[in-house]
Amino acid sequence: MIVDIITITLVVSGMAFLLLGAVGLLRFPDFFTRMHAAGKCDTLGVLLIALGMALEHLFLYDFSFMAIQGAFKFLLIAGFVFVTSPTATHAIARAAQRSEIPMWTRPKKEDR
Amino acid sequence: MTEFYIGASLAIFTMVAMCLFRAIKGPTIIDRIVAINVIGTKTIAVILMMGYIYERVDMFMDIALIYALINFMGSLAMAKYFERKGIVAGDSQ
Repeated sequence: MIVDIITITLVVSGMAFLLLGAVGLLRFPDFFTRMHAAGKCDTLGVLLIALGMALEHLFLYDFSFMAIQGAFKFLLIAGFVFVTSPTATHAIARAAQRSEIPMWTRPKKEDR
Repeated sequence: MTEFYIGASLAIFTMVAMCLFRAIKGPTIIDRIVAINVIGTKTIAVILMMGYIYERVDMFMDIALIYALINFMGSLAMAKYFERKGIVAGDSQ
């Protein structure tokens, strides 16, 4: 019962991070700010979801060998996303900077 | 818990629709690449939840791992390919 509550808390907070990333990807004015929202929120969101599901998987099969193996694989996915997602974000941002995408600047007062 | 995971994956599908809007509209090509990368990351979470719903977590976990690997390689390849001045600037606006 209490494991269910912890799992639901972890998964819902991970989904909140995913939602923040999606809203940031929609709403920000510039490429680099969109990248800033998307890169970090996705990493933490998938990490939290995988941690919650690993905890539940461990208690669902009652700490047998299969349960420990499955939870280890969940942690493997979490670690893999934790390493590769910032790397991909860095590579894409470097490509954007080298191809000279214009940055957003605050509009002047007479324009507003 | 199965109902919770079904609702959670439906919520993630809504977020995927929001990212897909950016992938279709996005002014430059690199915006589209970022949106597709984000959709791939969300898909990993959906695949894990599908594994719980169908009670085949051990199989679906391998699929999620391979999907994460392919998503990463695709992002790196596209970032390497579009690292030029002309392509991106010609697509903007």
